[in-house]
Amino acid sequence: MLRYIIRRILWAILVLLIVVFITYMIFFLLPSGDPAVRLAGKNQTPQLLEQIRLQFGLNHPWYIQYLLFLKHAVLGDQYGWPGLGLSFISKVPLKGIIFSRIAVTAQLAVGAAIVWLLVGISVGILSALRPHTVADRSAMGIAVLAISMPVFFLGPLALYIFWFKLGWLPGTGYKPISEGIGPWFTHWILPWIVLAVLYAAFYARLSRSNLMETMSEDYIRTARAKGLTEKRVVLRHGLRAGLTPIVTVFGLDLAALLGGAIITESIFNLPGIGQLTVQAVGGQDLNTIAVITLVAAVFVVVANLIVDILYAFLDPRVRFD
Amino acid sequence: MPEPLLEVKDLRVHFPTEDGVVKAVDGLSFSMQAGETLGIVGESGSGKSVSFLTVMGLINKKSAIIEGQVLFQGQDLVQMANDELREIRGAKIAMIFQDPMTSLHPFYKVGDQISEMILAHEDISKKEAFDRSVEMLRRVNIPQPKERARQYPHEFSGGMRQRAMIAMALSLNPDLLIADEPTTALDVTVQAQILDLIDRLQSEFNTAVALITHDLGVVAEHCHHIQVMYAGKIVEEGTADDIYYRPMMPYTWGLLRSLPRLGHDTDRLTPIAGAPPSLIFLPDGCSFSPRCPYVFDECRAIEPELLPIDGHHAARCHLSLEDRERIVAQEILAPS
Repeated sequence: MLRYIIRRILWAILVLLIVVFITYMIFFLLPSGDPAVRLAGKNQTPQLLEQIRLQFGLNHPWYIQYLLFLKHAVLGDQYGWPGLGLSFISKVPLKGIIFSRIAVTAQLAVGAAIVWLLVGISVGILSALRPHTVADRSAMGIAVLAISMPVFFLGPLALYIFWFKLGWLPGTGYKPISEGIGPWFTHWILPWIVLAVLYAAFYARLSRSNLMETMSEDYIRTARAKGLTEKRVVLRHGLRAGLTPIVTVFGLDLAALLGGAIITESIFNLPGIGQLTVQAVGGQDLNTIAVITLVAAVFVVVANLIVDILYAFLDPRVRFD
Repeated sequence: MPEPLLEVKDLRVHFPTEDGVVKAVDGLSFSMQAGETLGIVGESGSGKSVSFLTVMGLINKKSAIIEGQVLFQGQDLVQMANDELREIRGAKIAMIFQDPMTSLHPFYKVGDQISEMILAHEDISKKEAFDRSVEMLRRVNIPQPKERARQYPHEFSGGMRQRAMIAMALSLNPDLLIADEPTTALDVTVQAQILDLIDRLQSEFNTAVALITHDLGVVAEHCHHIQVMYAGKIVEEGTADDIYYRPMMPYTWGLLRSLPRLGHDTDRLTPIAGAPPSLIFLPDGCSFSPRCPYVFDECRAIEPELLPIDGHHAARCHLSLEDRERIVAQEILAPS
């Protein structure tokens, strides 16, 4: 078990190195112009450019810059640990920015995840237990509709109805929880639901088909033959086996969202990782892009690791060797 | 004659589908005495499993039309409410299935799965239930039952899993054990062990056993009575001797001819020509008539009754008894 985890962590580190390397390579191989010239602004002098290159380490070849980035990330830099350097645009240390952005995105992702798990899985279970009924068919029909509803359509629509027309909700923007539970909740509820719709629909269909397949397994027939109550057959024998695969999907979905929900954050004006990504790409802010890529990759890699370890506890057939 | 343990009267189990009504069981009547072993033989789709799943109440009543009576110790299981039926299931009628690899839940320990059944019917502590599970595993000859009870099904071999299923099925000392092709998925050597085990436990527990199989060879030495099913009906029934030495129905002949026999120097086994009939569009007359080598006009028009021959022996066939006796003597039993 321990050896397995160590091996997985080593692999994870390798994946992170490769991901950041590719980010650097793409950025420097693409014809995007000299970053120093962009940073210098209007009054450019050779001395200023030279100074900027020194300050941001742009005087080195790109692979040395990559190694320096890694060195700072691991050992820290003058702004503390982990050393994430400066933003090329705002010229402030990224460390503080990134963590406050992660906090916003995490609130969005976790809130939405709770919504879609509750709605998606319960709809899926109810549908699976009464397959081909009117309720099942309409739920699955709505799910198809929801899956085909992109956030950039649903978001503005929801804002138009609940904010502009009905005035039930206070509109866009970020309210930290320190300003009170009420304002925090009313600002978050719409982004949560809008982001969760697609996932809820997907999870409903997934849990329905998983559970239906499980309920036709031989061991469910055995459970019934034992004279267990139908409730126990479903809850203890059906759901346990039917919903376990969802853990995998959920881990990866949540991790991907923690790396930034670009469209949702843009529509609801939420200062999260996704919004930062849009700004950084627009301004060719290499360092910020590299840091965001690293953060997103860390989430995915860690989620993968957690899912795999969790699986060994959920399914006794999975063993580490 | 004492009151039978199980009496099935004119049972019909029909499944409405988009293509038509599947008549899986179509007028089935038989009875079983306490402690008796009944063999039920037939091809896939002959209705043998469905009829016993109906006895267990494991056919979804929403997807099937069930008619007739299943009297178990005098109570009609078809009319019984689900809750009452659940109390009988496992405790008085237990069932083991064809594929031991998939019949146990992969996520729970074997001992816990047995305990769960005991706890569903008896008000005892978890510890007591687990101890009884271990004791049952010991009685089905699983070595180191205490350790084995704490293992998961995937740590068991196929034969051991079937033993564990048998241990579970007998843990509440049921009056009737339904064994639905219990050895089909196992190696031949393991098959014999499992059948001997069922034999031994049957006399220890005095349980009646319904042994469902498609293999006449399996039921021969283990069953008091045998009934041969075809297209949802019994086409021949009798003692093992009746079926083996005086079979009176062409389908039974076909089954016997497709068996390898010691001492018979045959190069090839003779399969039954054709395929089992569609259970939606059953042929007129005798349902075996399209595949029967001895068919004549009457067979295609009138369905034969299950007529007694002697004692408990009965068969459905329009051929005269003399003709059938002649065919059996000349073609079926004669060494080729």
